[in-house]
Amino acid sequence: MKFRKVWFLLPALLLLVALLVLAGCSSGTSGTITEAGSTTVQPLAEKLAQSFKEDNPDVEVTIGGGGSSVGVTACNDGTVDIGAISRELKTDEPQLVKHWLAKDGIAIVSSPGNSVTGLTKTQVREIFSGTITNWNGVGGPNHSITVVAREEGSGTRTAFEEMVMDKPEPAVEIVDTAILLPSNGAIKQTVKGDKYAIGFISMGLVDADVKALAIDGVAATAENAKSGSYPIVRSLYFLTKEQPTGLVKDFIDFCLSEDGQAVVSDEGYISVI
Amino acid sequence: MLRTSARSTQKVALVFIWGTGAVALSILLVIIGYLFVRGLPEIGWSFLTTPPQGGLSGEGGISTVIVATLYLIAVTLAILIPLGVGAAIYLAEYAPANRFTALIRYGTEVLAGVPSIVFGLFGFVLFVTALHFRFSILSGALTLACLLLPTLIRTAEEALRAVPRSHREAALALGATKWQTVWRVILPAALPGIITGIILCIGRAVGETACLYVTMGGSAGMPDSLLSSGRTLSMHLFYLAMDTNAIEKAMATGVVLVIVIVISNAMTNWLSQRFRARMTGGA
Amino acid sequence: MRSRYLTDRSSRVLVLVCASISFVILLAIAVFTLKESLPAFQQVGLLDFLFGTEWRPSDGKFGILPMIVGSILVTVGALLFAIPLGVGCAILLAEVAPHRVRQFLRPAVELLVGIPSVVYGLVGLVLIVPLVRQIGGPGFSVAAGVIVLTAMVLPTIVSISEDSIRAVPKSHKEGALALGATHWQTIWRVLLPASRSGIAASIILAMGRAIGEAMAMIMVMGNAVRIPTSPLDPARTLAGGIAVEVNYAAGLHQSALFAIAIVLFLMIIVINSIALIMLKRGSHAQDVC
Repeated sequence: MKFRKVWFLLPALLLLVALLVLAGCSSGTSGTITEAGSTTVQPLAEKLAQSFKEDNPDVEVTIGGGGSSVGVTACNDGTVDIGAISRELKTDEPQLVKHWLAKDGIAIVSSPGNSVTGLTKTQVREIFSGTITNWNGVGGPNHSITVVAREEGSGTRTAFEEMVMDKPEPAVEIVDTAILLPSNGAIKQTVKGDKYAIGFISMGLVDADVKALAIDGVAATAENAKSGSYPIVRSLYFLTKEQPTGLVKDFIDFCLSEDGQAVVSDEGYISVI
Repeated sequence: MLRTSARSTQKVALVFIWGTGAVALSILLVIIGYLFVRGLPEIGWSFLTTPPQGGLSGEGGISTVIVATLYLIAVTLAILIPLGVGAAIYLAEYAPANRFTALIRYGTEVLAGVPSIVFGLFGFVLFVTALHFRFSILSGALTLACLLLPTLIRTAEEALRAVPRSHREAALALGATKWQTVWRVILPAALPGIITGIILCIGRAVGETACLYVTMGGSAGMPDSLLSSGRTLSMHLFYLAMDTNAIEKAMATGVVLVIVIVISNAMTNWLSQRFRARMTGGA
Repeated sequence: MRSRYLTDRSSRVLVLVCASISFVILLAIAVFTLKESLPAFQQVGLLDFLFGTEWRPSDGKFGILPMIVGSILVTVGALLFAIPLGVGCAILLAEVAPHRVRQFLRPAVELLVGIPSVVYGLVGLVLIVPLVRQIGGPGFSVAAGVIVLTAMVLPTIVSISEDSIRAVPKSHKEGALALGATHWQTIWRVLLPASRSGIAASIILAMGRAIGEAMAMIMVMGNAVRIPTSPLDPARTLAGGIAVEVNYAAGLHQSALFAIAIVLFLMIIVINSIALIMLKRGSHAQDVC
């Protein structure tokens, strides 16, 4: 019976799994912090976790994405210790404890190959609401504009809508022909590849692949955002259900300390101290 | 006259047939060729053994991703095999031939065709949020097990049914109980078929993205417990392709995936050939 | 001797427990999805939900017609290409090609069946989207979705159709040839009609796979919630719509996603039932012959 041998594989497999589970449980019981939420905060949180671990090698910090709304719900129902959001808490959301982590400019980006270098805030609004559909309407080439935005529910989109689309009244909607993509990175990739595309991403992610447009004549730089002259800036927060204690407090304190805020600046975000 | 027109129709038709073959083949060549040309140069020992950097850089290798994939598959199989094979044994050996059994079988068939993202939505709401398993290997494995359960039940039941009646009769005639017959005679005989089904499930698990994308969280770190978030090879490919500049790394991950699929295809073929030989050769 | 029967009893119970857990899980998925979707159907209204053209969850607008149209367009588009290519290729493999070509093509097709959909999506994103952009529009489009889906479902059609063409009894073919039919006439008039239920089943399976595909479609279709007016416009599918928003959704929005899942569920059930009936009729027809 050749195939009898295979029978021994099954219990062996189950044993292996049991061992993995046990191993996981024993090392995971103490010193774990979990974070989830905003995809804008995610790369920053990963870097913060890395430098926190350098001083606290026994502590495991798990960083997850999901989006700002997940950050709120997951933190509120105890799924994670820390939630992350890249917009303000809405009035109909549970009012959790906010920890002001950083400020972040939202850069309006186009391809480096596009001749337009700056727009007014009104022009941005008109482009994203579909009133201006051709680049020649803003002094660019005669070619239709590809509008690229984040999907509904994204913190970056909500913040962009609050700062650009809703004010001054009346609020306008992002045009329904806009390409909707699930992350800052995806928008960056698309804008990089399409000479006639325009999108918005976190300023911390701008590099040579895309061109950040000046808004109302102010260049999209961290200095201008910090000084307040660049108009599209939002805050990034960590959320906790109660006032934090223990490990969670240590981690958040680290993030808000000088060392933590140095990481924030290094990653292209704006420190809050 | 009729004869010549029939001949010329045949000529045209054959040209069309060969044309479709050529198109199908060129699609394969384009996909695989493009993937390998851009991805293969990236693959090396260091690609397989260094962890990815995570976030938006896309740098680094796929070591933690491989571990997370294996971890996920092991946990999934631990949940899936007892339930799936148990259900198959029940359906093939114990279930009365009535309407209720037929309904169960029909339900299983239908669920086998339900899109993965629907299972993902279910898993997200039930496992991730309601049961507080978080974005984790456990949530992913439970969701994946639900997704694969109908497939495994079906293939395992087919394998059990393929065992010739004479085997059962012989065992029962020798005084074996029903369970002894099932455990000692039928299961060993059907085992290659069942394993083929399991490998099929592993193949699907490796290629699955949608239902894991919404339940596993996608952390690039090394998973250290059932409740760690993680990402599989397919998810890693998706994140690299959508979020980063590292298209070459995405292609390389794709190459690794295709190689895994080739191996699992080869194993499935080999096993099912042996199975067929055993069943028809009158073991 | 007693313990033998005890084992028999207890293992019978064990099998029954495993089986019932499995069936309960499968039933639970259906019931849970249905239950979660109810608030959306009730508050939005069935007709407004199915035929509304605006999808703005933050404003409480949940119309999924653009996604239904998007799903149908890419699926039908992909099948228009995949059916002739797939059935042609199946005939080639089953009847026309010499053994050596077949030996090469068959594993190739099997490999294509197993390739993860994200790999198709990746090649679509890097290769097809820029190509479509050359023609016009943003590149992320129905056209790109159709091309990627065609490549994805083609192997399914080829491998199942080939099996069913091969399953036609040899006597049919020999009879036709003996009556003086050409090889093509035999294929067209005898083999294809005899295997049509299998071919139809393969097409329906492919349709199910196409409608359910989420990730590859997110990658190449641009996800705009708007009824596309040209193949170069972006669009969103039902499955893609769920995947893009699951992690953001709460409350009524989440319930609306479950309602989309129910719509998908129903589509799949209809498609699968047709496939099952076709397959049954097929085997029945062969019995009669």
